[in-house]
Amino acid sequence: MESQVPLLRMEGISKRYGGVRALEKADLEVRTGRVHAILGENGAGKSTLIKIMSGVVAPDEGRMLLDGHQVNFQNPAAANAAGIVCIFQELSLIPDLSVADNIIVSNPPGRFGLIDRKAQRRLAEAALARAGGEDIHPMALVRDLPLSRRQIIEIARALSRSPRVLILDEATSALAAADVKRVFDVLKRLRAEGIALLYISHRMHEIAELADDCSVFRNGRRIATYQAGSKTDNEVVEMMIGREYSHVFPAKPTAPAAVATPVLEVRRLSWAPRLNDISFSVRAGEVVGLGGLDGQGQRELLLALFGVLRGIGGEILIDGRPVSIASPRAAKATGIGMALIPEDRKTEGLMLQMSVRDNLSFATLSELARGGIIDRDAERDAIDEMIRLLAIRTDGVSVPATSLSGGNQQKLVIAKWLMRKPRIILLNDPTRGIDVGTKQEIYQLLRTLADSGAAIVLYSTDYDELIGCCDRVLVLYDGTIRRTLSGADITERALISSALNIEMAGGEPERHAPERA
Amino acid sequence: MKDWRFTLAEQRGTLTALAIFIAMFTLYVANHPAGFTANVVQTVANKGVLLALVAMAQTLVVLTSGIDLSVGMIFILSNCVASYLVAGSAMATTFGVVAVIAIGALCGAINAVIVIFGRLQPIVTTIATGAVYFGIALWIRPFPGASDNFNSDFADALTGKLFDVVPTSVVALIGVVVVIWLPFQRSVLGRTAYAVGSSELAAYMSGMPIRRAKFVAYVLGGVLAAMGGLFLTFFTYSGEASVANGNTYTLYSIAAVVLGGVSLFGGRGSAVGAIFGALAFRAIGDLLFVFDVDPLWQPLFQGVVLLLAVSIGSARLFQVRNRLELFT
Repeated sequence: MESQVPLLRMEGISKRYGGVRALEKADLEVRTGRVHAILGENGAGKSTLIKIMSGVVAPDEGRMLLDGHQVNFQNPAAANAAGIVCIFQELSLIPDLSVADNIIVSNPPGRFGLIDRKAQRRLAEAALARAGGEDIHPMALVRDLPLSRRQIIEIARALSRSPRVLILDEATSALAAADVKRVFDVLKRLRAEGIALLYISHRMHEIAELADDCSVFRNGRRIATYQAGSKTDNEVVEMMIGREYSHVFPAKPTAPAAVATPVLEVRRLSWAPRLNDISFSVRAGEVVGLGGLDGQGQRELLLALFGVLRGIGGEILIDGRPVSIASPRAAKATGIGMALIPEDRKTEGLMLQMSVRDNLSFATLSELARGGIIDRDAERDAIDEMIRLLAIRTDGVSVPATSLSGGNQQKLVIAKWLMRKPRIILLNDPTRGIDVGTKQEIYQLLRTLADSGAAIVLYSTDYDELIGCCDRVLVLYDGTIRRTLSGADITERALISSALNIEMAGGEPERHAPERA
Repeated sequence: MKDWRFTLAEQRGTLTALAIFIAMFTLYVANHPAGFTANVVQTVANKGVLLALVAMAQTLVVLTSGIDLSVGMIFILSNCVASYLVAGSAMATTFGVVAVIAIGALCGAINAVIVIFGRLQPIVTTIATGAVYFGIALWIRPFPGASDNFNSDFADALTGKLFDVVPTSVVALIGVVVVIWLPFQRSVLGRTAYAVGSSELAAYMSGMPIRRAKFVAYVLGGVLAAMGGLFLTFFTYSGEASVANGNTYTLYSIAAVVLGGVSLFGGRGSAVGAIFGALAFRAIGDLLFVFDVDPLWQPLFQGVVLLLAVSIGSARLFQVRNRLELFT
């Protein structure tokens, strides 16, 4: 049933964010009545691609053709009007409006310029029924509903816009199996009605069930497009990997540290519904990685350890003693000595307008003060030492943190916590968006810290980093530890297959081991 | 759940404000020497309507998660303009009323253009424009007074009683709600104003008319503040460029909005709630009057009641499970 002209065609699309290349001359064809799955690992450019398609961001170059005519979308509304509707991950629902208001948001039925609420409610109920959400009350406020219901509302809303191209970005990630089945029935019906569906998911079995065509993206390019079912899971993973290594990692210690009591031990930790029964331990001198796809609970795990989350189940043990960490302030206290290098250095890590000196000493002020007064000499010595140790490139300690490059800002965040000489260091994707040179320095630093006795937990979305830096990697899926890899078992292939929650058959893939310094 | 439960949940803020008002008002008339008479009600209504209109104006802007610190000054400017223009024949008076409302709309439009296109924070913008509006008011009315042929019959008609029972000002207020608020709330732009206040990002991603909604919210805010200014003129028969009065109304409008269950973060609440909030806030002040408390205590008591009311609203913070959400 393939038509001759593709409904939507993208040609030579490129997009950069700052110095980071998100898409590089990518292309794609979408046809009516087909489900087209997009595959690729974290940062392959999938999200950017659909954002361009749905008018959220403008491409730097390239063109888009709808029905053979070139189109340019200034904003999401323009894309919607052209029939391209995207279901984002819980981005676009308005929490304080009712379900019906949200579903009929763009074009409500009117009478004399006013919204006809009865008609709106009928439409909303019809849309909910089509999306398999008959149990959702149209008058409920979205903010009061759980995530799985919100996803159904997102789908109902997209359907009420009569889309020609429907993009689903991880639309099933928050759904239970029964809901997924209902959604799939809806999607199959839509396909039969002649709508083009673009389906982005990390769940391979869903793609196997639903997709007609698949495209694999890697490093901002489309690597291949094939008919669904014509390639094995093994081959698909191969296509998703295939990157060249550009980082140099320090050597790992040959013998694992043999200390009896782990510095940090977690027993059956849970934080419903995002974290579930997580147990692991970290010894002094060890770097333990958290792997898996984005958003499988890694961030929550670090926040839970650092005392940010309330209502945590399970036990946390420091040096074998159970402790209760009620706040970041308690986490950094002497008995525990924990530090968290946060994900977003601009909001959680630094006070950007304040000076390098102030930023560095914030976490350490109580140690630097005597009788409540900051000892300026001690502060200067400590800061000088950190700037030397981390080789932070700055025009002095009085300049604001904004004037530093991204990499040096990140070093500043790390230095700020190292000043406390922490024993347990948690890092949340510390190298995201910084240059290769600084990355290498950070890798070196992590190993140095571990060698001097720190216990390190590193979450990274970059698989190379996990392979190159970690002694063990815990792969999370859906809030639980799906698999623990250690030593030579930490391969990209093992990481990806366990991240996707599929079992890999066959031998080792052909690939190069990471280069070592 | 039944439909009425959702309606109840939606109106909880408004109903709480109504309950506070009824409690205060009952206490007030029960202790008033004259008791529950049409004259007492008329006095309460006339004082309350001024703040109610300004609070409605504030609500529209607050819903979009902005704040309008110029409402009090638009109120004063309209008062000064009205003291010249609400004069002469019926024709001339009508023209005057329309002109005052148009000036209010213009003030609101200026705020809107600066906030939307200048991308300045509403709080800074309206402090500045409020000062300008007050300057104009002082320029046209340096000394308190009114036009020689001020139409006091018209003014009396709007501050008197219908059929000797119902205060006309309350009827006018209900008229304003029906003609301005209800249509706004049920229009696409009104819904967008709520959406912008709730999550501007989500509203943008949903393709809603964000700029137009904000514009209309600020303009209608100006219109309502101007109507408040008109009523002030009807009561006082004069215009006065009083900076203290303007500031008081601005601050009280925010208090009334909060008391009326409108979220200062935007996206939640109703102008009807703000009206009851305004009436309740006024009633608190009047209460002290009938109990013969020194008027010096009035701000203190109003402050305490306001604090209590706001504390109830933030009790939900105890349920936050991810502490990072406390800061967003």
